[in-house]
Amino acid sequence: MIRIVKAAYVSLVYAFLYVPILVLVVFAFNDSRVATNWQGFSLRWFAKLFGNETLLGAAVNSVLVGVLAATLATAIGTLAAVAIYRYRFLGRKVLSTAVYILTIQPDIVMGISLLVLFMAVRMPLGFTTLLLAHVTFCIPFVTITVLGRLKGFDTHIVEAAQDLGASEYEIFLRIILPMILPAVAAGWLLSFTLSLDDVMVSFFVTGPSFEILPLKIYAMVKLGVKPEVNALSAILLVLTFCIVFAAQLMMKERREK
Amino acid sequence: MTETSLFKRLSIGVISLWLVFFAVVPAGLVVIVSFLSRDPAQLVAPVPTFENYTRFFDPVFYQVFLDSLVLALSTALACLAVGYPFAYILARSRRRAKSLMLMLVIIPFWTSSLIRTYALIILLKANGVVNSLLIALGLIDEPLMMLYTDGAVLIGLVYSLLPFMILPLYAQMEKLDVSLLEAASDLYAGKVARFFHVTLPLTTPGIVAGFMLTFLPSFCMFYIPDLLGGAKTMLVGNLIKNQFLTSRDWPFGAAASIILTVLMVVLLAVYRQSSRRLEREPAA
Repeated sequence: MIRIVKAAYVSLVYAFLYVPILVLVVFAFNDSRVATNWQGFSLRWFAKLFGNETLLGAAVNSVLVGVLAATLATAIGTLAAVAIYRYRFLGRKVLSTAVYILTIQPDIVMGISLLVLFMAVRMPLGFTTLLLAHVTFCIPFVTITVLGRLKGFDTHIVEAAQDLGASEYEIFLRIILPMILPAVAAGWLLSFTLSLDDVMVSFFVTGPSFEILPLKIYAMVKLGVKPEVNALSAILLVLTFCIVFAAQLMMKERREK
Repeated sequence: MTETSLFKRLSIGVISLWLVFFAVVPAGLVVIVSFLSRDPAQLVAPVPTFENYTRFFDPVFYQVFLDSLVLALSTALACLAVGYPFAYILARSRRRAKSLMLMLVIIPFWTSSLIRTYALIILLKANGVVNSLLIALGLIDEPLMMLYTDGAVLIGLVYSLLPFMILPLYAQMEKLDVSLLEAASDLYAGKVARFFHVTLPLTTPGIVAGFMLTFLPSFCMFYIPDLLGGAKTMLVGNLIKNQFLTSRDWPFGAAASIILTVLMVVLLAVYRQSSRRLEREPAA
């Protein structure tokens, strides 16, 4: 009896999380203007989407910023994790606390702080400011992911390498990096997702000269429900699902050995 | 030796500089701006004032904070009420099922909450899926007005933030030592006593962490009230957004965001306190 109640409860929560998304995806394939009447399967909204120049431009911009931001954030975030894990230095505690604070800091606070910064140094809002902002909010997620992986790390290997005369740089490249590689890859994928989906920070730090998908979607959704938005959202949802799935597999793979 | 310290210096240096430039300096600038006056032409005039903070005692803004507080609290509590039993069941399920169940929570955690909010609009609008379903079932004759209400905003926030409550709760419950529960039973603790004296205290850090991750964003997710709420629904997030983008009153917006930050710091302190207490007396 209790098992049935438990199973029912769990299913109900999953339904709450997934039914809206599924409905959205299903209606992206609906051959009707009105989102609620099912008129048969159709790909016309996807076709219409790919004929929309400004949306495609925004999509290219989003992917460009996503790839660059994820790559930069992964490089900086990984080095930071290794530094926090390996070295004892003045301000180490402050640094690791700062990284955690950045993850829970409300997005809107980060958005306006960066806006104030960019205005103070007279930087025009656009590609560069957006990229800098995205790198900033991605770094802590990479650092935390990599730090989690480093915690199960056998320090004797590093000591052995040191005894054999390896330099810090060699130790990082030949020993640490290969072992944390799944976490680094996961960090990259998660950063890319974060960058691709972000609304709150981007809202403040990009200008009309550089449009990106989430803000385009926001503007379209404000005007109401449109089948093209469903199609676009469906593509982004499937993309996110695949990326997160891959990232999770990478983080799990080593952990279970 | 020199080469060693070069790599070390580089790895520490890059992140430190980045954080200084893009986190510390901007935060400092916001603090400064919050104590300056507004200037229509240049956004900010270098005239120091406390007015940006005293303005929160103005009933209009005071009300926005109060409404936001109520909504954020309701969101966090609703997430806790739904998420706690869920995380408990999740942490106790069999290994194989567990990783799939966990993955199904993690995926929405990373999915764009804007798109998920849009999905809710499709369900809730007047000729939306829920209304059509209810009419088809003969339960109602007229479509219910669900969208553009405070209820819709609450549902939207809970829908977006629920995974942020479940995951930290789950992480804490996973660590829960089952032998402590068995010991409680051996000492004739009933189910209720066992929950209140063992499970609840041991999972408090998870509750506080989940609370922090749901309560704070509820203040800020300006697009959820924008898209799901009525014209009246205004949260601190919308207030800040408007100060920066519409009414161009940066000092006031900066002051509002400082207040949010102070709130975050208070919650962080509570979290540290609760997890530290747990470390000191592990089986309290």
